[in-house]
Amino acid sequence: MAEKKKRIVKTIHIDVNKCNGCRACELICSAFHATPQYSSTNPARSRVRVMHDPLRDVYVPVYAGEYTKAECAGRDRYTIDGKEYDECGFCRASCPSRDLFKEPDSGLPLKCDMCESDPPLSEPMCVQWCGPHALTYAEREEEGEEEKLGDMEAGLASLADKYGLERILDALSRMSLSKKG
Amino acid sequence: MRYAETGFNLEIDLSRGNIERVETDPRLTELHLGGLGTNAKILWDRVPPEIDPFSPDNLLIFSAGLLGGTAATGANRTIISTISPQTLFMAFSMMGGFFAPELKYAGYDKIIFRGKSSSLVYIWIHNDKVEIRDASHLHGKGAVETAELIRKELNEPKAQVAAIGLAGENQVYMASIEHSRSSASRLGVGAVMGSKGLKAVAVRGTKDVTVARPAEFIALCNEVLKFIPDRDSHPVPGVMPILAGLGSPKEMAVHDEKWHTENFSWGNSRVRRKGFWTKEIEEKWTESMEKVRTRLISCYNCPMKCGAIISVPGISTYMMKCFSKLTYTMAAFVDDLDFGFKIAQRATEYGLDGYSTPQVMAFGFELREAGILSDEDFAGCPSDNAERFYWLLDRIVRREGIGDVLAKGTHWAAQEIGKGAEAFAHNNIRKHEQLPLKLAMLNPIYFLMYCTGEKANITQIEGNFPQAAFPTMEARQDFIKDWIQVPDEKFKEYLLKWEPRGEFSIPYYPDIPATCDIVDWQEKMHYIDDALGLCSGLSAFPLKPPYHIHNLPKFISAASGMDIDESELTHITKRNRTLVRAVSVLRGLRRADEKPPEDHWKNRFPELEEQLLDAYYAFKGWNKDGVPTQESLHELKLDYVSEEFLRRGILTDTEGASSNETSAETDKN
Repeated sequence: MAEKKKRIVKTIHIDVNKCNGCRACELICSAFHATPQYSSTNPARSRVRVMHDPLRDVYVPVYAGEYTKAECAGRDRYTIDGKEYDECGFCRASCPSRDLFKEPDSGLPLKCDMCESDPPLSEPMCVQWCGPHALTYAEREEEGEEEKLGDMEAGLASLADKYGLERILDALSRMSLSKKG
Repeated sequence: MRYAETGFNLEIDLSRGNIERVETDPRLTELHLGGLGTNAKILWDRVPPEIDPFSPDNLLIFSAGLLGGTAATGANRTIISTISPQTLFMAFSMMGGFFAPELKYAGYDKIIFRGKSSSLVYIWIHNDKVEIRDASHLHGKGAVETAELIRKELNEPKAQVAAIGLAGENQVYMASIEHSRSSASRLGVGAVMGSKGLKAVAVRGTKDVTVARPAEFIALCNEVLKFIPDRDSHPVPGVMPILAGLGSPKEMAVHDEKWHTENFSWGNSRVRRKGFWTKEIEEKWTESMEKVRTRLISCYNCPMKCGAIISVPGISTYMMKCFSKLTYTMAAFVDDLDFGFKIAQRATEYGLDGYSTPQVMAFGFELREAGILSDEDFAGCPSDNAERFYWLLDRIVRREGIGDVLAKGTHWAAQEIGKGAEAFAHNNIRKHEQLPLKLAMLNPIYFLMYCTGEKANITQIEGNFPQAAFPTMEARQDFIKDWIQVPDEKFKEYLLKWEPRGEFSIPYYPDIPATCDIVDWQEKMHYIDDALGLCSGLSAFPLKPPYHIHNLPKFISAASGMDIDESELTHITKRNRTLVRAVSVLRGLRRADEKPPEDHWKNRFPELEEQLLDAYYAFKGWNKDGVPTQESLHELKLDYVSEEFLRRGILTDTEGASSNETSAETDKN
């Protein structure tokens, strides 16, 4: 059921050498996503965080990506040009291994939505507020194949995600047994 | 619902180990805004003049400003207030960085420390959870090192830490409180922190700071954010490079140090070295800085890159800003900037004021050369200019031998040493070391600012008006074209008329009323910043800043929900400024204390100077002795200050003038 489809790919380019560590990106992200909009600031709610450690000259803005229920089997730690970065220091996941990208009150995962709004913004707010231009924005069109699930399949997939495939299969067997019964 | 502020202070009694979260009175926000304003109110209410700076009953207040943690660019300053061991008056020392916003996100506007812990402790604030923790393992650790150790031990890389080094622990009068790329250096706030047995404060907050009228507020923020790069790409012509743009002086970005090295004095503020800045020095110094400067960095929510990470091979990395790259170098007479970066690293870990400390050391060596201090006092001291500075720095911080006396700063050390040492403590105002600047002709604006600046620090009062007359009418007209920041058109007239020489030049022009206006405007902007927690590098300090008297009332109103216009903001600011003075007046501050170093200018005009002070005091609503009058206190709703002044005989009922007991000197004997 695959079909060719055009889509817009939105990319934030991050030049870590230009980051001055001011965290305006975090602040404006939290304000933009507040309700009512701009009514509060709180970097802990931000969907971008600057991983920074001045004494090691580490300045890495990282965006919130997918929520993951389980952490990876192992961790990674990069050394680039002799500079050691934090463990999982480039990872976007809202993950049980750390308190990053979670609503501070509820623990619910946060995810960058590129400041989706109506009417659309010219650029996400973090880019607009980045004084040293460490963050820049670009859009491009890409043609890709998209798997299209039927309604039932999509529903089953989300149930499987919630309860695990095994429990769904068990439930299905019980249902078919009782029908036969 | 409280907007902009959190509405809560944290009260920590270190003697009893008691911690309380106390709701504040919203009426005080209306009267004082916050930051320095409410700090002054707390010190007035709770620290009577009989309390010694090192007494457990002295308070040490860490405060955010009213706008701290909001989206307002540069609203990140921490205002630290206490009673100064150096001046014995009210101390307020500010730092940038990330501490104040984090404190607001943790749910507090201020931390108020009283008492004294029996052993060394640090405080860990994580939202509603506040702990007093043992710090005995941090004894003697560097200030930067301490912050790292605490973050590791708490496993909280995002915690913001303010810490003292060994200098603060040993109550060296020049001790600072260090945080991130910033430090609260002046007036001995680190010594007071040390006297309380408090090594550090760590804070982490994940709560919201809210504003009353979000759409209006963010529009104002966006305007400022747009103004900054526009302004920065149009440097003011005809002024020295560090004053042409925005921010705190861009010492970490600028290589051209001709102005500082040739106009500021070397040694114990003695020698001007005209012709020092040769091509060869320029190349060498540029190379020195390029080699160690890893990255230019900023404070919270600010695009200006006023600080830098400094990594000198072989010693631990630290952060630096502003003028301290030169102060040690110049005081020590070392023509090598590498020395400046190396010794500043040690001084930063010790936690020292980079402004006073080098002068104290140079003063020590002058006393030795003059035979007032003996060779015995310096037994074991190397002879090399650089090495002997390291030697004395260590002695001062460890309070060993002659270092124990010098640890009290030039004024108090000279008093203790005697034998004419007082004459060598020549660069002080209110017993506090000043910039090593010695000039030819009295400048009436600077005269008043030096005399009356409540912080005894010129950078804390100067700012929005050009430091010198522009040479041509064309340049002046060009300057005033887009000078939207002036509170009144008359300031443009003052500038247009101001000539580098002739009838309309210093010391007689700007004339006395114009001088009062100019000083008052510049000072006012600083007091607004310090109540709001706004960096003066975007406001009171540079020429043509993004924040000014016309947009600041809008920021305050949209953020807090209070409706405050220009005249109300001016009135509140005058109240705060007067209250800061009142705390010090209670401690003996009088006209006799308000004088620049005698040798600051070669050409002095005693009669004009007296007239300037008389006129400015009257302008401010103070009597001839510099004490706010009953009438002006009443106008500012500070009648409780009048009552206390009357009760103590500082004011008399009949004329609102001062009693016989006038001079600070007699007060303190």
